[in-house]
Amino acid sequence: MKENILTANSIVKRYESHLALNDVSIQIPKGSIYGLLGPNGAGKTTLMKIINQITAPDKGKLIFDGELLQRKHISQIGYLPEERGLYKKMKVGEQSLYLAQLKGMSKKEASEKLKYWFEKLDILQWWDKKVEELSKGMAQKVQFAVTVIHNPDLLIFDEPFSGFDPVNTAIIRNEILELKKQGTSIIFSTHRMESVEEICDEITLIDKGKSILQGEINSVKDSFRSNTFEFQCNTENLILDNFTTLDKDDNKYIVQIPEGKNSKQLIEEILKSSEIISFKEKIPSMEEIFIKTVQNG
Amino acid sequence: MDKIWLIIKREYSVRVRKKSFIIMTIVTPILLGLLLFAPSYLSSVSSDMEQEEVKNIAIIEEGSFFSDKLMNSNYLNFTQIPKSEGEVIKNNFSASAYYAIVNFTDDDTVNIISEKQMSKITLNDLESKIYNIREIQNYKDANVNLDLLKKLSPQLTFNSIIVTEEGNETGANSEIRSVLAFVFGFLIYIFIFMYGSLVMRGVIEEKTNRIVEVIISSVKPFQLLIGKIIGVALVGFTQFVLWVILSLVVANIAEASFMEENQVGIFENIRNLLVNINILSLLSHFLFYFIGGYLLYSSFFACIGAAVDNESDTQQMILPVTIPLILSLSMIEAVINNPDGTLAFWMSIFPLSSPIIMMVRLPFGGVENWEILFSLSVLILSFLITTWISSRIYRIGILMYGKKASFKELIRWINFKG
Repeated sequence: MKENILTANSIVKRYESHLALNDVSIQIPKGSIYGLLGPNGAGKTTLMKIINQITAPDKGKLIFDGELLQRKHISQIGYLPEERGLYKKMKVGEQSLYLAQLKGMSKKEASEKLKYWFEKLDILQWWDKKVEELSKGMAQKVQFAVTVIHNPDLLIFDEPFSGFDPVNTAIIRNEILELKKQGTSIIFSTHRMESVEEICDEITLIDKGKSILQGEINSVKDSFRSNTFEFQCNTENLILDNFTTLDKDDNKYIVQIPEGKNSKQLIEEILKSSEIISFKEKIPSMEEIFIKTVQNG
Repeated sequence: MDKIWLIIKREYSVRVRKKSFIIMTIVTPILLGLLLFAPSYLSSVSSDMEQEEVKNIAIIEEGSFFSDKLMNSNYLNFTQIPKSEGEVIKNNFSASAYYAIVNFTDDDTVNIISEKQMSKITLNDLESKIYNIREIQNYKDANVNLDLLKKLSPQLTFNSIIVTEEGNETGANSEIRSVLAFVFGFLIYIFIFMYGSLVMRGVIEEKTNRIVEVIISSVKPFQLLIGKIIGVALVGFTQFVLWVILSLVVANIAEASFMEENQVGIFENIRNLLVNINILSLLSHFLFYFIGGYLLYSSFFACIGAAVDNESDTQQMILPVTIPLILSLSMIEAVINNPDGTLAFWMSIFPLSSPIIMMVRLPFGGVENWEILFSLSVLILSFLITTWISSRIYRIGILMYGKKASFKELIRWINFKG
């Protein structure tokens, strides 16, 4: 069994009017990228704040690297909140140094690391600028650097890609994958399902404070396979007797195979009256899984 | 502890480098200096100018009793003219060479006629000259021995002296003491308000920026709160010390540059009075009460900042905090009238009013040392209690968005666990 960097057991958090988290448990394996998905207001950010010890859970237990989560662990965790914030009137470099030192780094170490990361993200030239002079995307790059600067074992990104253009999104995504390669465990929440498929190893889908879907991304996808196939043939009025045609667009068909039959039989059936141009299983995207699960829940 | 120190350093360095801080620090003492010295300087200048120009005064009288005795001075030149000529001048002052006409109509009435309002100095001078001539003549008419009269008039100097505990005699000047009392009381009020709202605005800034989430994931809310309060306190301390130093510099420059030829003047007077009152001890007490009062009130201000989302929502919540301050202000006069009375005593012990009221009492010199110690201890103790309470409100408030908390909610936050 893989070791977990963080285990959260039966977390309950109640705000005055509503239950933000209702008995949520997650295990985050070391060195993995863990996606926290869910619609707006589902409780993702609350869970992240609890892991960061910004607020405390009403019930439940958190284990960090084999120990009960406590104050000293904050230097091993990096947090990039969804609502990005920096002191507007402060200079970028000075501010980054301050935030890094608050995480427990020495000034010298912080300054070296910051230079390294600023160079890597191509933002070194903003060192002496005030934050209010930066664009939103620029400020977010600064914040990303500040989050990862102290080499934490666990990184928590709340919507890391929001506000970035495609070029910068790619830069940040590559940095996240690079960090994973170096052994950092990463939790991240996002609404962009395509990025989930690209980089997540495991996911938890939270809706209305409850965890409704959990597991490795491939097995989650597997469990949503519905024996549906997508094919293109050279006939526009194909009639398939024993199969259910779900959708048809000119010569493109989406067909579900009922129980007791298989894809081989489907192909044979098609070939009776047509030629096949393409044929593949229709695997649900994370987006479809997301929408389906949330709507059913 | 390291982290609190980091926070203090940031709060301090960001604020003292602000342009507004630098300008305020430099300009205030200069303005104060101008306010204090400009009027006396200007009046001395204008009286000099007044006396440079020679003024011709026409005299109209029966005979030449006054004309003989009125001596020409540096700037007043007397000429007797016939009554008819007076009428001509009156009709056309600007064409004549005369500044004013003095018309002795009978023994008891002197009409001084001029085209424009005469300057106060010239008028006083003129009147006293005429008055003296008449007075001496009256004594002579009554056969009074003038030399004897001079000898008999009493030469008395009045000194009002207070004997303090240590047996030092200090010259008492109740006006100066009242002024000092008022100024100190008012300054404490302004300082508490100024720096308290600095803390409040800092909290709101962090909250609306959302940077507070990043910081709270590194340090405890209490550390952030205490670091901020101390950081701003040091800013206030710096500003105060700079003001004292700069004021002294400005005063010295002012004195050296344009008070030289002046007779002893208000400068010497003020300085002597201040030495008697022991301004240094007052200033150091001021510093203690300013810092103490600020610490107490700033934790309230921090709470307000944490409870709201933006600055415009603060008005309603600031009011209860300012009531004790404004009440203290309105009691200043009563305390000045009886600086060692029961009311004054208790108000200088009660922590919410003691910073202002004690500073009002201190210039009068009747406050015992134990009273100061007692009041400062109460102040520090209350600061510790309110900061503890505030930090409980603060830690919840800074992470609450989207609504303005009511007082009822604030009380619930105090009891909130976690």
